Amino acid sequence: MDQILGNISLLIEFPIVNLKIFIDGIMIGALFVLVAYGLALVWGVMNVKNLAQGDFVISGGYVSWWLVQNGFPALLGVPVAFIVMWGIGWVVYKLVISRVIERDLFTSLLATFGLAIMMAQILNLLFGSDTQSVDLGYGTLHFFDDFIDVPIAKLIGVLMATALAAGVIIFMKSSRMGQAIRATAQDARAARVMGIDTEKVYAFTFSLNSAICGAAGAIIVMVWLVQPFYGISYSIRAFVIVTAAGLGNLPGVIAAGLGIGALEQYGAHIFGIGYQQAIAVLLLLMVLIFRLIQQKRNRQVLK
Amino acid sequence: MAKNKTILYASILAISFIAPFAFPAFGTQLATLWLMIIVALTWDMTGGQMGYNSLGNIFFYGTGMYVAAVIAIGLVYDVGDYTNAAGGGIYEFTDAQYFGGLFLGVFGAGVFCSITAVIIGYITFGLRGPYFAIGTLGVAIAAGELVSNWEWVGGGQGIALPVYPGDLDTGKIFFYFIFAAIGISVFVFVKWLYATRFGAAINAIRDDEEKADAMGIHTLRYKLITWAMAAFFVGMAGGISAFQLIHFEPLESAYQTINLGIFMVVCVLLGGKGTLWGPVIGAILFHLFKEVTWNFFLGWQWVALGALIVVTVVYFQDGVMGWLMHKRPEWFGIKVEAGAAGEAK
Amino acid sequence: MKKLTLLTGLIAGVAMLFSQAGIAASCGEIVIGSAISLTGKYATNGVHAQKGYEYAITKIKENGGVKVGGKCYNFKVIYYDDESKGDRGATLAERLISQDKVQFMLGPYSSGMTKAIAPVTEKYKIPMVEAEGASRSLFNKGYKYLFAVLSTSEQYLASAITLAGEKAKEQGKPVSSVKVAIAVENDPFSLDIRAGVSEDAAKAGMKVVIDEKLPRDLSDMSAILTKVKLLKPDVLIVSGHSKGAATAVRQISEQNIKVPMIAITHCEAADVTGKFGDAANDFLCSTQWSESLAYEDPLFGTASEYEMGFKNAYPEYKSKKVPYQTAQATAAVYVYKDAFERAGSLDKEKVRDAISKTDMQTFYGGIRFSAAGNNVAKPMVLRQIQNGKYNVVAPSAFASHKLNWPRN
Repeated sequence: MDQILGNISLLIEFPIVNLKIFIDGIMIGALFVLVAYGLALVWGVMNVKNLAQGDFVISGGYVSWWLVQNGFPALLGVPVAFIVMWGIGWVVYKLVISRVIERDLFTSLLATFGLAIMMAQILNLLFGSDTQSVDLGYGTLHFFDDFIDVPIAKLIGVLMATALAAGVIIFMKSSRMGQAIRATAQDARAARVMGIDTEKVYAFTFSLNSAICGAAGAIIVMVWLVQPFYGISYSIRAFVIVTAAGLGNLPGVIAAGLGIGALEQYGAHIFGIGYQQAIAVLLLLMVLIFRLIQQKRNRQVLK
Repeated sequence: MAKNKTILYASILAISFIAPFAFPAFGTQLATLWLMIIVALTWDMTGGQMGYNSLGNIFFYGTGMYVAAVIAIGLVYDVGDYTNAAGGGIYEFTDAQYFGGLFLGVFGAGVFCSITAVIIGYITFGLRGPYFAIGTLGVAIAAGELVSNWEWVGGGQGIALPVYPGDLDTGKIFFYFIFAAIGISVFVFVKWLYATRFGAAINAIRDDEEKADAMGIHTLRYKLITWAMAAFFVGMAGGISAFQLIHFEPLESAYQTINLGIFMVVCVLLGGKGTLWGPVIGAILFHLFKEVTWNFFLGWQWVALGALIVVTVVYFQDGVMGWLMHKRPEWFGIKVEAGAAGEAK
Repeated sequence: MKKLTLLTGLIAGVAMLFSQAGIAASCGEIVIGSAISLTGKYATNGVHAQKGYEYAITKIKENGGVKVGGKCYNFKVIYYDDESKGDRGATLAERLISQDKVQFMLGPYSSGMTKAIAPVTEKYKIPMVEAEGASRSLFNKGYKYLFAVLSTSEQYLASAITLAGEKAKEQGKPVSSVKVAIAVENDPFSLDIRAGVSEDAAKAGMKVVIDEKLPRDLSDMSAILTKVKLLKPDVLIVSGHSKGAATAVRQISEQNIKVPMIAITHCEAADVTGKFGDAANDFLCSTQWSESLAYEDPLFGTASEYEMGFKNAYPEYKSKKVPYQTAQATAAVYVYKDAFERAGSLDKEKVRDAISKTDMQTFYGGIRFSAAGNNVAKPMVLRQIQNGKYNVVAPSAFASHKLNWPRN
C-alpha cells in the first residue's frame, strides 16, 4: 500500500511524469488502435471474433525481421509484411474462416483460438522462442531536460501506423470495395440482393485485416519486441477496445485504443509493472460489465 | 438393452480398477485421463447442456489448487512463512497431517470454488454467447495474473507441497484412485441429473433462453447452480492435482488457460457436445492424441493440437456422438421416419 | 604372403591391446546414474551438461582413471531422458537407484528438475553432485547427500551490490547511501536472484527504491524506467532471462537512463552485443564461469586450456563459446574423482563424507562445500561489456580489466 501511495506521490511531485506516461501510453496505444480496427472490421462484416488477431501481428513482425536478417532495409519490412500477411490471410480465410462464418459464434471463437495456437507454435518452430527485434539505429529525441525521450524509431512507427489507418479509412469511404464492405456489414443479404459478391467481400476483408496486423507487427518489431507467444497480449487489448467502442465507431476505437495504452502505463506506474498484464485483462472485464449494465437498462442482453 | 448397459458399466469399472496395476508405468497418464474426463464432463454441464460456453472453467482448477494447498499447509504452518521459503526450509508433515490436509484441502477447494462460481456467475451470466466465453476467459487470465503478484501464496514462485509420504509407485496409484473416484462420481451424478427436470430446464435454457424465462424458469438460478456444481468437481480436481504435481506455479500450472483450459473444450467437441458419453469419449480420444503427438512429434505437438481444434470445430462439430447418432439413430432410441431424413436429434 | 599379413595384424592388434591396457584393461568401473533433459524445454542445456560429463570421464580415463585403494577405476554413466518433466525425473531416479542399483548420481539440468529428484536421492541416501541447479532453496532443506558445484542463485547479482558499495566508499560516501533499483521477472529463478540482491542490500544498509516484478509476457519496460529516471538509483538490477536482457539493453539506451551501474543476467544468451552493438556497452553481466579466468588445475589445465580441449573433443563447438553449463558439469565429475580417491573406498557413505570435505582448485574455480552442500569457494563473476567484449571486472582477485564507472 505504501508503495502505491509512494508511486502516486511521485506523480504529484513531478508533474512532468504524467506527460511522459501519457506519451508512452498513446504511442503504444496507436498500435493497439490499428490492431483493434482490423478486428472491428472482421467482426462487423463477418461476425467473426478473431482470437488469433495478435498472432497475425506477431507473424507480420517476424516477416519483417526475417527480411532484415537477409539484408533488406528495415522500413521496407512494413509494406512487405502488409503484402505477405495479406496473402496468408487470404489462405486462412479460404481454408478455415469461410467455413465458420455462417455458424454459431462460439465456433468462430474456438476456430480462431485453434488457429492462434497453431500460428504461435509454427513461429516458435521457425524462429525459435527468443525475443527478436530490429534495431533501426536512429537516435532519440529528448525533451524537457532529458526527461521525456522519444526514440525516433518509435515516432516513425507511430506515424506509419497513423498513415496506414488513415489510408484504410479513406479506402473504406471512397472506393467501390469499401462501399461493398460497408454494405455487407450493414446487411449481408441485402448486399447480395444488390449484386455484391459477399464471398469476395469476406475474403477481402479478412485479408485486409491480416495485412493491417502484419504491418502493425512490422512496426512493433522495430520499436519493441516480438516473440512467438506474445500474440495473446495484443488480442486481449484489441478485444477490450472493440468491446468498449462498439463496432462501426471509428472515433471510439481511436479513443479507446489510446486510452487503454495510457491507462495501462498509469496503472503500471501506480500499482507496479507486475500488474500491467492484469490491468489490461481487468479493463476487459470492466468494459464487459459496463456494457452489461447498459444493456440491462434496455432490458437487452450482450450478445 | 438394460442388461447390456449393466455389463458395459461393470466392465468399465473393472477396467478402471485394474488399469493402474496392469500398467504401472503409465500411472500418471491414467490419472491425467481421469482428470480430462472430469473437466470435460463438467465443462459440458454449462456448455453443451446449457449453451453457455465457458473458456474460464480453468479458473476453478487453479483456484482449487491454491485453496487445497493453503488449507493443507495452513493447518500445520504459517502460510506466509512457508511460501516465503519458496520450497526451501525444513517443513515436515506427518502422515496424518499430509493425508488429513489433502482430504480437507481437496474438499475445501470444491466448496470454495462453488461459492466463487455463484459470485462470479452473477456477473458473467448476464453475458451471452461469445461474450460469455471471452468474459470467463478474462476472469481466468486475470486471476492468474493477480495471484502471481500475491506474495502470501507465493507469487511467481508458486507453492511447493510436501511429497507423498511413502513409495512413489504407491503414490501414483493413490492419486489415480482419487481422480477415478471423482471422475466416476461426476459421471454418475450428471447421468442422474440430465434425466431429471433440472436437466430438462437447463436444456431449455440452451435451446431458447427467452422462452424458458417466459415459461417461468428462473434462468439465473439454474445457471448459477449448474456452474456451482461444475465448479465443485473442477475445484476438487485442481486440489488433488496440486498434491500430485507437488510444485505448481500460478500461470504455468494453475491458471493454464492455453493448456487444460482449452483442452476441456476440445474434448467435448471431439466427443459430442450435450451428450452424456460425448465428453468421456472425447477425453479418451484427445488424451490418446495428445500422448501420441507429445511423444512422437515433439516440436510439432502444439501445431497438431491447434490443427485438431480447427478441424474439429470446422468439420466435425457434432463430435463422435453426433456422428454416431446420425449414422445409427436406433442405438439412441431415435426413430427416423421415412422421408424425414436428417432430423435425428 | 597371407601368413605375413596375418602375423602383422596379430602383432598390431596385440600391441594396441597393450597400449590400451594402461588405460582401460585393468580398470574397474564405477557406475553413476543421471536423469537429464535430452528432450523438452531444457534439452539444449541438458545436452551441454551431458557433454561436460562425458568429456570429464574421457579426460580422467586418459590420465590413469580414478585411483581407489591401489586399484584404478573409470566412471560410466547411465543416462535416462527426463524429458524436462519433474515427475519423470523423479521416477527415473527411483529406477536408477532401485533397478539399476546405482550408488551415485549426477544432477539433472535446472533447479526445477533438481528439486524433483533431490527428495528421491535423499530418501535412498545416494550422494548426488549436481552442476545445474542453482536455486538456494535446494540448500536449506537439510539435505545431506546433495552437493552443488555451481554458485547458487542468490549470488548471481549480489556482487554488483558489493561493487556499488565499493564505488560509494571511493566517492567518500557511506555504503548505506547507495540506492538500489530491482526489476526481475516474476518466475522462480529470477525471484531467487532478487532475494539474494535484497538480502545483500539489506545487510549493507542500502535502500531499495524500486522493487518490481516484470510480468511474463511483457515486452516494454517503460513504466519502470520512468521511475528509474525519477528516483535516480545508483545501481539498477534487471533479471528476466534473455527477454529481460534484450528489453533492458534496448530501452535503457533509448530512454537515456543515466544510472551509473547496471547489472543484468543472460547477456550472452540474449546476444546483446550482437543485437544492440554500442548500446550494450558498460552493462555488467554475471556468469558462473568464463574461459578467461585465471583458474587452473592439474587435470584440465587453465580455464582456457579446458575450453580448447573441449572444442577439440567436440568440434561442433569450435565456432561458439563453450557454455558454462558444460564447464560446471565437468567439474562435478572431477569432484567425484577427487572424493573417491580421498575416501579410498567405494562405499557411498564414505564417499559422501569425502565429498563434504572437498577443498580443491579447478579450471572451473574453487570448490568447497558448506554444511548445506552448496559451493562456497567460487564467486559469481561479473563481466562488463567494454567495446563489445566481455571483460571480467569483479571479483577483483580475478579481474582482468578495470570497471568503467560510471556508465557512459
